[in-house]
Amino acid sequence: MKAIAPMKPLLEIIDIHKHYRRLRAVDGVSMTIGQGTCFGLLGPNGAGKTTLIEIIEDIIDPTGGTILYKGARRAAQFRQEVGIMFQQTALLSFLTVAETLETFSRLYDNTESIGHLIQLCHLEEVNAQLNDKISGGQKQRLLLALALLNRPELVFLDEPSTGLDPQARRNLWDIIKTVKSQGRTIVLTTHYMEEAEKLCDDVAIMDKGKVIARGAPEELIQIHCQRATLSVPKDQIPENPEGLQGFINQRGDRIQIRTENVNAVVSKLLSMGVDMRGVNVKTPTLEDVFLKLTGRSLRE
Amino acid sequence: MRFKRLWAIFNARNREFFRDRAAFGWNFLFPFLIILGFGVIFKGDYQSQFKVGLFPIDHAASVHQSIDFLPESFAGFKAISLVGFETRAQGLDKLKHHKIDLLIETGTQPIRYWVSDSSPSGAIVERLLKGALVPPDSGERFQKKDIQGIQIRYIDWLFPGVLGMNMMFSALYGVGWVVVRYRKNGVLKRLKATPLTAFEYLAAQLLSRIFLLMFTLVIVWLGCDWILGFRVYGSLTNLFIVFLAGSTCMTSLGLVIASRGTSEEFTNGLLNFISWPMMFLSEVWFSIEGAPAWLQASAKIFPLTHLLKAARQVMNEGEGLFAVMPEIAILCAMTLAFLLAGATMFSWNK
Repeated sequence: MKAIAPMKPLLEIIDIHKHYRRLRAVDGVSMTIGQGTCFGLLGPNGAGKTTLIEIIEDIIDPTGGTILYKGARRAAQFRQEVGIMFQQTALLSFLTVAETLETFSRLYDNTESIGHLIQLCHLEEVNAQLNDKISGGQKQRLLLALALLNRPELVFLDEPSTGLDPQARRNLWDIIKTVKSQGRTIVLTTHYMEEAEKLCDDVAIMDKGKVIARGAPEELIQIHCQRATLSVPKDQIPENPEGLQGFINQRGDRIQIRTENVNAVVSKLLSMGVDMRGVNVKTPTLEDVFLKLTGRSLRE
Repeated sequence: MRFKRLWAIFNARNREFFRDRAAFGWNFLFPFLIILGFGVIFKGDYQSQFKVGLFPIDHAASVHQSIDFLPESFAGFKAISLVGFETRAQGLDKLKHHKIDLLIETGTQPIRYWVSDSSPSGAIVERLLKGALVPPDSGERFQKKDIQGIQIRYIDWLFPGVLGMNMMFSALYGVGWVVVRYRKNGVLKRLKATPLTAFEYLAAQLLSRIFLLMFTLVIVWLGCDWILGFRVYGSLTNLFIVFLAGSTCMTSLGLVIASRGTSEEFTNGLLNFISWPMMFLSEVWFSIEGAPAWLQASAKIFPLTHLLKAARQVMNEGEGLFAVMPEIAILCAMTLAFLLAGATMFSWNK
């Protein structure tokens, strides 16, 4: 288990509420986010992730609660020090990628070199193209470049890879990993568990406006889902196997064994002469954690 | 306020305008075509205001061969144009639909004619016809006198109106509609996430639109003047000041519309609700002299009314800046009120 090192909190979120008439979009969320962490806010669509992140970004006002940045209420300097990539944003029409970066760079006091950002976000080939003419993946990389323009200490990424194909998603993750390696604090929302597991040091799972679990991904899995599932072809196992530790059930032409002790089960299967090439092992993920905690899938 | 940030948004907006070829072209082409069209239509000294139908006429070309029975003072009157129909039914159909003002059967004595009681033009043409049939009064009851001094052509009177109308549409839609669209698709939210302040953003929009309006005005003016040769009796500098005050005022009105809302459909309706009465009551196309007093008074709430009044005073009457100062003062006061309202109500994302 990877322990989270105690860090000085960059953000303190204290009892945040956001109500839209009868809907409680965010319902009493309190937590701290440490400096240099990549913090993931996970949950299904409608869980309140975007509302909470936009409250932290100072884009929308909460119904109640307080946000502290570096121990104080957010002032004008907050905008100079944070970079934001929204979930859905159009860009100024009829401007090229380079002109868009140039326009936004003039809005900040301290900015990164545009050439460096174009290189970092792999925008060299499209930098002279109009914003409207670039692909979805290129647009996401441009939005990420805009979020990094002001050398932010804190970067907010709201569903950064939604709608991207697997290759474009992996390209974006590589860029985010580079940003993370520079020691910046990242607050990321996603409903892709793989994204959270690959990028985040610390995650909070949200459902119905509340945080229902918090910790490092491995820690959450360890606490909530200890069992792995082994799937074995039915014809390789005797009808009443003895000595297999775990919960056994049949699914079609395969037997599924859910167990906390994978090593013992594998040893037993080997002793039974099972050909391991036909055995699948599925380890638990954050998706399983969410399923266990709420009884629902993240994509529902 | 940081000028660097304002300048960045000002430049971005101007680039958008100049690169949007369709909108850019239309901004110049629309007023140019209207002026050119009216220039061609009203090239003569008279306009044919009344249409008189004749039947039976075998062919449209033979209308003028079938008018011997009509008094020359009527058939030859330049304000009347004659239209031929093969049958009475065809002519009556056009008369019922107010496409002609009077219908006459050819070669009848006494002259047989039809006129619609609900048509004011019909009543006038009927009077003209009856007057032409009565022998002239021997007594000199009338004495015609020529207008002394400047005679303003209709096109010279119309020109500031069309420029003002173009300015109004460009200011209201170029700011109101565009900013609402930006709010809806998240561009404003993205800008809110930067250190840009609402004041800087609104000021950049205002200055960019004024610059574009004045640029368009100068190009359209030069093009139309080159082809039609407008007469300007006052100072061009004064006229520029008047249009500058007008464009600032109408752009500020656009900012009020742009200050809230995310529905383009609603904004479109609101813009139509404001621009159409302004177009008809601010004397773009015709004077509302003689209209009910309440209507004339209500027309004064529109900035376009004051812009056109001042522009025509300078352009058509040769008045100086002092004479149009009341209109400029009203435009400035309206600008201030609109800017205050727009800045107070402005929201990046509501």
